[in-house]
Amino acid sequence: MVEFLARNGRATLNHLAEAGRAGTLLFRVILGGYRLRRDWSLLLKQLYMVGVLSVAIIVVSGLFIGMVLALQGYNVLVDYGAEESLGPLVALSLLRELGPVVTALLFAGRAGSSLTAEIGLMKATEQLSSLEMMAVDPLKRVIAPRFWAGVICMPLLALMFNAVGILGGFLVGVEWLGVDQGSYWSIMQAAVDWQDDLLNGVIKSVVFALVVTWIAVFKGFDAVPTAEGVSRATTETVVHSSLAVLALDFVLTAVMFG
Amino acid sequence: MSNEPIVAISNLTFRRGERVIFRDLSLTIPRGKVVAIMGPSGIGKTTLLRLIGGQLRAERGVVAFNGEDVGQMSRSRLFEVRKQMGMLFQSGALFTDMTIFDNVALPLREHTNLPEPLLRALVLMKLESVGLRGACELMPAELSGGMARRAALARTLALDPALIMYDEPFTGQDPITLGVLAKLIRELNDALGMTSIVVSHDVHEVMAIADYVYLIADQQIIGEGQPQALRDSTSPLVNQFMLGQPDGPVPFHYPARPFAEDLAQLGGARG
Repeated sequence: MVEFLARNGRATLNHLAEAGRAGTLLFRVILGGYRLRRDWSLLLKQLYMVGVLSVAIIVVSGLFIGMVLALQGYNVLVDYGAEESLGPLVALSLLRELGPVVTALLFAGRAGSSLTAEIGLMKATEQLSSLEMMAVDPLKRVIAPRFWAGVICMPLLALMFNAVGILGGFLVGVEWLGVDQGSYWSIMQAAVDWQDDLLNGVIKSVVFALVVTWIAVFKGFDAVPTAEGVSRATTETVVHSSLAVLALDFVLTAVMFG
Repeated sequence: MSNEPIVAISNLTFRRGERVIFRDLSLTIPRGKVVAIMGPSGIGKTTLLRLIGGQLRAERGVVAFNGEDVGQMSRSRLFEVRKQMGMLFQSGALFTDMTIFDNVALPLREHTNLPEPLLRALVLMKLESVGLRGACELMPAELSGGMARRAALARTLALDPALIMYDEPFTGQDPITLGVLAKLIRELNDALGMTSIVVSHDVHEVMAIADYVYLIADQQIIGEGQPQALRDSTSPLVNQFMLGQPDGPVPFHYPARPFAEDLAQLGGARG
């Protein structure tokens, strides 16, 4: 019994200490003053690594999800003679939920894991320590550009996901299943509200971007500097950020649309 | 100032978790010398360098650099002071995504606003001093282990530090590279008027270049002096290390209960 309590107590303390370290890292990165003028090339490189290299997976996934949505939606709507509503169904599902959430999950798997592994390996090979000993703050030089690149890229990727998804819905709904093209676009335009749907979706995406990138860079920075430690940190990034995204999505949906 | 030791450690106690690494350890590093810190693997030699560099903080005692307690410095002061220190890591720790030139240029680009031609001249000068000017456009992965360590040394020299700390510079090197590194450490120290701390367990190479040697084991200093004095020492512990004897005061066996007890237990389990 005592051992059980001691074990749980120790685990709780470890989690609290980890949360403290994660908070300190975020605080330092956000308030540390990013030297944009000086380090724009570092940011640009990370925008490419984190953002541009994620475009392919986002576009392909968006296309298929839009196509599946249209196919499933059409089969239900057609029974009620409401297939004209396919446009808003596809657009609202994507803008409000699927766009931000699936993009965040894909981003965690594609870019988050690579950020963690890269930073973890830099730690394991003493590159972060050597920066410190060169009087260069690794938080500014290594962590900050990656963090801001993630925060900038993910909302843009989500918008791209939405656009391609709507196009995928169009291909299946209009081109294949024969829904009227004018209805698809015009009813969609009438149903989608800039603020309620588009803006809220973007806000969700920004929140997910902050959380996923924060978890990814922190897990790498805090990794045990061994092969096993980096592997564990990479797994934790994907698992923790996926769970965080799904849980936060519920909370945000409840606040925005509840 | 010039007579004051560059690093003075007094009554240092440091532990990792429950394990005590150093207990009441004191030593001084005189200015302008090559000082070796030797001892068996795993006794915290690298930890000592990290304590001097302020990457770890002492539990008790003072680690002073130029008379200032490293453990009490603010983060910004520590970064300021580190510009006067350089550390050559065991792995070299070159940045794998940039060329050797950019690796060496990094500290200069971070801390100075030198125009590009001047920066280029400086970097090439540093690379020339370690014999790698011709390799400046190569990536770290294209270098051998010894060359990577020399490139890292050029990067460490970039800001002309007053103190360079070498963490196991000779480990895993072939005899030629070993000779080159030893020569570089000695010559750079004298030519640039620096102070060098060499942490190593390669007795032969270290004895050849060091002015003064500290031998650490069992959380404390067990021997110190000029290389010849240590060779002549009568202490069994010092002799075991210097002569590379497998058993002695530092035991061959990891602490365990008597072997007979283990065997008896095995016999009991079978019966």
